[in-house]
Amino acid sequence: MKLLYFAWLKTKTGIAEEDVTPPPEVATVAELLAWLQTRGPSYAEALADLSALRVAVNQEYAMPSDPVGPGDEVALFPPVTGG
Amino acid sequence: MIRVQREDFDVGAEVAALSTDNHAVGGVAVFIGLVRDMAGEEAIGAMTLDHYPGMTERMLERIEAEAKDRWPLEAALIIHRFGRLEPGERIVLVATASAHRQAAFEACEFLVDWLKTKAPFWKLEEKSSGAEWVTAKASDDKAAARWGGQDSPAQDSASQDSAKDSDAAE
Repeated sequence: MKLLYFAWLKTKTGIAEEDVTPPPEVATVAELLAWLQTRGPSYAEALADLSALRVAVNQEYAMPSDPVGPGDEVALFPPVTGG
Repeated sequence: MIRVQREDFDVGAEVAALSTDNHAVGGVAVFIGLVRDMAGEEAIGAMTLDHYPGMTERMLERIEAEAKDRWPLEAALIIHRFGRLEPGERIVLVATASAHRQAAFEACEFLVDWLKTKAPFWKLEEKSSGAEWVTAKASDDKAAARWGGQDSPAQDSASQDSAKDSDAAE
């Protein structure tokens, strides 16, 4: 699974992009975020407030209950501020 | 048509091109977003726009298609820049062409409202106190929501109500 981080998610984790292999029981966006929180202090801090987070799976906005799988591209970012 | 690019654009040439070969166009509405030199009370040296290549184009295309579904448009154009921009520089151009003005005005406003809450761009402002990511504004969500028909779980569930209307761009 490919993870992408944008804006302050990128600043806080120090990572723009990484390939991860979550445990098989991680099947939804919510479970993926919960697993990421356990990966170290910078993840725990960046993902502390999930309400401040938006997630896209394969470049489509996703809800916490939406499925994620090994081949997916999952992006984590704050609410958008373009225009 | 949509374009996501680092470089500036020529407003006159872009707008003229919308009606050059189409004389059914009776009016063109244009919005240009610029970098302001202030965010609230604080001076801005510059801002950097981060974006999600791929998803950005996909969302802008979808927003444009939605506008064409809702209004009788002859043409539409969205150009959004990324990278580092200084005060006075252009960020975004939205132009809509139609036989009559009402469709052009409404569609242009719709496109700006929706792109601000759906297209994956993020602004980082350079202030004297340091660089700071702009917080999404509840007023932008409200502006986007008035058009109805939110088709995707985008920004709306956000806890952004305390965000102030103070970033250095429109």
